[in-house]
Amino acid sequence: MIARLLGIAALVAGVAAFPAVAGAYPVKLLQEILIWGIFAMSLDLLMGYAGMVSFGHSAFFGIGAYVAAFALKQTPHLLSALVLPALVTAVAALIIGFCSIRTSGVYFIMLTLAFSQMFFAYAFQAAWLGAEDGVFGVPRPRLLGLDLANPTAFHLYLVALAGLAVLVLWRIVGSPFGHVLRGIHENEGRMEAVGYAVQRYKLVAFVTAGTVGGMAGALYTQLNLTISPDAFYWTTSGEALLMVIIGGTGTLWGSLLGAAAFILLQSLVSSYTERWMLILGLTFILFVLFAPGGMVGALRGRVGRRA
Amino acid sequence: MFIPDFFAQALNGLSYGVLLFLLSVGLTLIFGMLDVINLAHGSFYMLGAYAGLATLAVTGNFWLAVLAAPLAVGLIGALMERVCLRSLYRRSPLDQVLLTFGFIYLFEDVVKWIWGGKIRSIPPPEVFSGSVSFFGATVPSYRLFMIVFGLAMAMVLWLLIERTRLGAIIRAGVFDAEMSAGMGINIDRVFTGVFAFGAALGGLSGVIAGPIQSASPPMGAGILIPALIVVVVGGLGSLKGSLVGSLIIGQAETFGKAWLPGSSMVIIYVVMALVVLFRPQGLFGRALK
Repeated sequence: MIARLLGIAALVAGVAAFPAVAGAYPVKLLQEILIWGIFAMSLDLLMGYAGMVSFGHSAFFGIGAYVAAFALKQTPHLLSALVLPALVTAVAALIIGFCSIRTSGVYFIMLTLAFSQMFFAYAFQAAWLGAEDGVFGVPRPRLLGLDLANPTAFHLYLVALAGLAVLVLWRIVGSPFGHVLRGIHENEGRMEAVGYAVQRYKLVAFVTAGTVGGMAGALYTQLNLTISPDAFYWTTSGEALLMVIIGGTGTLWGSLLGAAAFILLQSLVSSYTERWMLILGLTFILFVLFAPGGMVGALRGRVGRRA
Repeated sequence: MFIPDFFAQALNGLSYGVLLFLLSVGLTLIFGMLDVINLAHGSFYMLGAYAGLATLAVTGNFWLAVLAAPLAVGLIGALMERVCLRSLYRRSPLDQVLLTFGFIYLFEDVVKWIWGGKIRSIPPPEVFSGSVSFFGATVPSYRLFMIVFGLAMAMVLWLLIERTRLGAIIRAGVFDAEMSAGMGINIDRVFTGVFAFGAALGGLSGVIAGPIQSASPPMGAGILIPALIVVVVGGLGSLKGSLVGSLIIGQAETFGKAWLPGSSMVIIYVVMALVVLFRPQGLFGRALK
């Protein structure tokens, strides 16, 4: 237990101090890993724990990103950077969730996919959202007198928020609520028979995952200072899904690991060859076929055999 | 002025709807049989267009391309089912859906590798390169050919599934695969056959779409969403639903483009949302459990 805590502390310290030892590009990669890690974890809460495989998680990423972009342009305040995006995505997740949780399996996949594409279609054509080009020149927020335009401050802000997301999701997953979600995943009918309001639990899970996903989107805007309709496109959902599967479904750490593997692999592979998509597709297919537990599952399997 | 324009739009919508039908019917058949929503179905459409392009480059004959594309894509589908999907039947259907998702990336990049990322046009056959005008509306004759061809295919498919022995086997498999196996049907072969057949229909729709949509690697991912919407609107696993859904979505998209150019892309989602709200199982779908 103590060894584990020390390990986590060392990891956090290492991530926080990374800019002191590395150049701009590796730091940018690490920051992307943090943001995508948050996004992948939020999706994992939905698919790994509640058993709801969503292909439309990009809807929340995009909403969070766009709301943050517009609000920050109005006033670079903490409210615009985090609070407003979270509120708006929560409402959107409530509406989309209400319409889609009545279905399950492939119907749920198709509905969530279609909803996210609807946002893409709208953002792509709406002039007030900047249409195809999206929003440019978003300022970074000021936080308690601290100007996050400063790269070090911004990095620490990201690390702190990613840590917070891990902590919150970890607590949720371990709570009675999280156990009910796992019960629903295992056997929905039984949970209903036992007396749980299954639909309500699913809706709360959907809204929670959507809100955290929206926060990831808001942070993404603050990292890149621009956002385009691609944030809504289904490939955004798809990439998060790949991260979760490659890392290991139903393990929050796995999603972080998957995000790191995905982004590092992407930057490595695309510097050698243009065939990134091919390698990505193959990797994914091989994982689904031969390592359904993802990287975490594979590691655990080996550790188990040794012991 | 208004009437001819309306008429031309309706015909355009019909030809697009027929195209969606050819694509979504494969999707719905595969789902009915294997319980898998094949996310790589749009890729079959793209592969069909490129197989047609390759045949055209070698033979110069459009009709040979129309014949070769479904055969090639059907073969790819059969391989995909035999080599990959088959080993996942014991796991949850979601694993299979995820697998088909991986194939989207694979197929798109392989096509980009071979043919490059440029948009390629497929010329319509000589006979249908002109246009026809009636009731004051001018319509490319190729679109009329698409409509006739698509409706004929719908007829053939209906006869095949409702009136032949093979169709009876497929219907039995859709109804209860395990029981059909117990009755002495080689269900393994039927699964492969249905997947290959669905893939071939996807390939066919790709090459038929070539002269009006041209071919590019991302076209598969692009058409997947409308095809899924058709299936949601019509009802999963229903042939009739796939036809009616295609015609509705085809018209909605075409009239949206003409009348609401600023928000045309959203129309089909609005249609879908309305259907889902009032009839979650789709117009012709079986009631959800």
